[in-house]
Amino acid sequence: MRALVTAGAALVLCAASVTASADGLKVGMITTLSGGGSALGVDVRDGFMLALDQSGRTDIDVVIEDDQRKPEIAVQIADKMVQSDNVDVLTGIIWSNLAIAVVPSVVRQGKFYLSPNAGPSKLAGEGCHENYFNVAWQNDNLHEAAGGHANDAGFAKSFILAPNYPAGHDALTGYKRFFTGEIAAEVYTELGQTDYAAEIAQIRASDADSVFFFLPGGMGISFMKQYAGSGVDLPVVGPAFSFDQGILNAVGEAALGVRNTSQWSKDLDNAANQAFVASFQEAYGRLPSLYASQGFDTANLLISALDKADVSDADAFREALRAADFTSVRGDFMFGPNHHPVQDIYVREVVMEDGVLTNRIVSLALEDHADAYAGECSM
Amino acid sequence: MMPATLIAEQVLNGLQFGVMLFLMSAGLTLVFGVMGLINLAHGSLYMVGAFACAAVVAATGSSYWVGPFPSPGVVAPPGSFWLGLAASLAAAAAAGALVEVTLMRRLYQRGHLDQVLVTFALILVFSEGIRWIFGAFPLYLDIPPSLGGTVPLPGGLDYPLYRLVIIAAGLAVAAGLFQLVSRTRLGMRIRAGESDREMIAAIGVNIRALYTAVFALGAALAGFAGAVIGSITSVEVGMGEPVLILAFVVIVIGGIGSIKGALVGAILVGVTDTMGRLLLPALFATFLEPADAAATGASLASMLIYLLMALILFFRPGGLFGKVA
Repeated sequence: MRALVTAGAALVLCAASVTASADGLKVGMITTLSGGGSALGVDVRDGFMLALDQSGRTDIDVVIEDDQRKPEIAVQIADKMVQSDNVDVLTGIIWSNLAIAVVPSVVRQGKFYLSPNAGPSKLAGEGCHENYFNVAWQNDNLHEAAGGHANDAGFAKSFILAPNYPAGHDALTGYKRFFTGEIAAEVYTELGQTDYAAEIAQIRASDADSVFFFLPGGMGISFMKQYAGSGVDLPVVGPAFSFDQGILNAVGEAALGVRNTSQWSKDLDNAANQAFVASFQEAYGRLPSLYASQGFDTANLLISALDKADVSDADAFREALRAADFTSVRGDFMFGPNHHPVQDIYVREVVMEDGVLTNRIVSLALEDHADAYAGECSM
Repeated sequence: MMPATLIAEQVLNGLQFGVMLFLMSAGLTLVFGVMGLINLAHGSLYMVGAFACAAVVAATGSSYWVGPFPSPGVVAPPGSFWLGLAASLAAAAAAGALVEVTLMRRLYQRGHLDQVLVTFALILVFSEGIRWIFGAFPLYLDIPPSLGGTVPLPGGLDYPLYRLVIIAAGLAVAAGLFQLVSRTRLGMRIRAGESDREMIAAIGVNIRALYTAVFALGAALAGFAGAVIGSITSVEVGMGEPVLILAFVVIVIGGIGSIKGALVGAILVGVTDTMGRLLLPALFATFLEPADAAATGASLASMLIYLLMALILFFRPGGLFGKVA
């Protein structure tokens, strides 16, 4: 199976790299392909490449490099891609601290950056840029929806925790913006931490009635497994990141029944999404995650812009991106004034389906939701 | 104010973290004390142990997937965890002995810079090798059901049984190691090796075999720690390096070459780190906004053990139990 996936990915890569044409487009993808964050980067990459493959276009050339979740490596790769690979568009970064290190300098050098994941508040408000587009969400968004859902669920006092990095700060800010109850305590953990005994002890000792956590990738797996074995039984709520397809099997049944918030779900009822889920499963032999959907949408946005304008005409290309004239697998999609999505966010529940853990939409949390920083952006 | 059960639970967490650090540091400090070798690849042996355990659990397990997706969730049949632990000891000891015989013995007479270069290269070799065999995706193990759940402790605290067992196992290993070093012939030679390398070779001790044994022993302890901790956190490439850095802090605090120093240093570092993560944010909350206090406190807490090291070195430049240089 693994060999098959690798071979498939290699084929896609070859197909993309041997056929660069003169008036085509070169994409540099910097993403996390090793370590505890690798499931995210792999899904973004696979979703992106699937969309390119389906478009049948042969004039888009993609170079992909692993940032190992290290800002200094991401910066080196970006420099190389801009200066010697001559890419026109960059994309792929998963982690907000890496995005903050890379994005401002590449957009200042006249390149376009399309974010398939990280959406730090720093780049959404005063730090916005005309060449920076976020196709996923502004970081706060899913957490705002989680805060709103916690109100509906009747939680009055939450214990909240997130890693100590920009997206972690955005997460807790977003939750607190919508949650009307009290905060029992807010705790920041180390990015990449794998042992949560000290935090779980604090949860046990607190008088909270609920736990909100944002621990993407492997961090969430470790936390949920240890939480389940700790004897603490407060209900948890969180964004989709810790309950998404790529990691649910590793979290195991501890996740069953947990409500989480997402802008996408595999059971979203639209034709584009159904086709995406089916073709992703066929191509890679697994269910897509929300990261895969974001990578898929990012590539389709790029293709839609390339259909309208040549990247050498930056103004026309930018306008074409801004129009977001593509069919998003999440349904309605448009950009706000700061080039961040205005979109619906849903509450999902982890369920068991044919022996596989997955998510099902329970309700609509926020409709046509825009981020809180758009007003601070002038471009 | 903070409830007593929270303090007690954090002390236990600190102790558990500390005994695991001790298992890592014991080998490091022995190797440095006896052979005068700085071994940066000690963290790789920790990783080797964890992967050996994961591989054995996988091989004997009923549902397992070494590959990217779906992410591996391991359902271990009864008994396989214990086989995995045994495998971690054996694999790490074997890897240690192999490395000692083929590479390290050429380095004893060289300077520390050469040793650092070679052992750093070994980190890369081990990491890429493991990545080649197992892939870049972390593996997650389940602890055996017999060690799952919590046990009630006096004072109304429920504490995870597995972590309690880790503390007991770590302390038992520490006791065994003291016995070994102070009561046995091997221990006597180790101590002799620490004080005068040339002399024990001159009186006819097979110094080569002694060095290999010490190195393999330290490696086995590191591999054991990797398997035990990897089972509750994650088993991934590069998991040893953060622990290695802490282990160096431990042996510097404890005094290089001293087993007793490694134990005291490890528990000091474990408890300081755990308590710092609890108390510093609380301290900052008395004069800062909650959000700022949490972020500043967390940042400072991650520096705390280095401050502790600086403070101890200021008053005792040789470490707590080290020989004064």
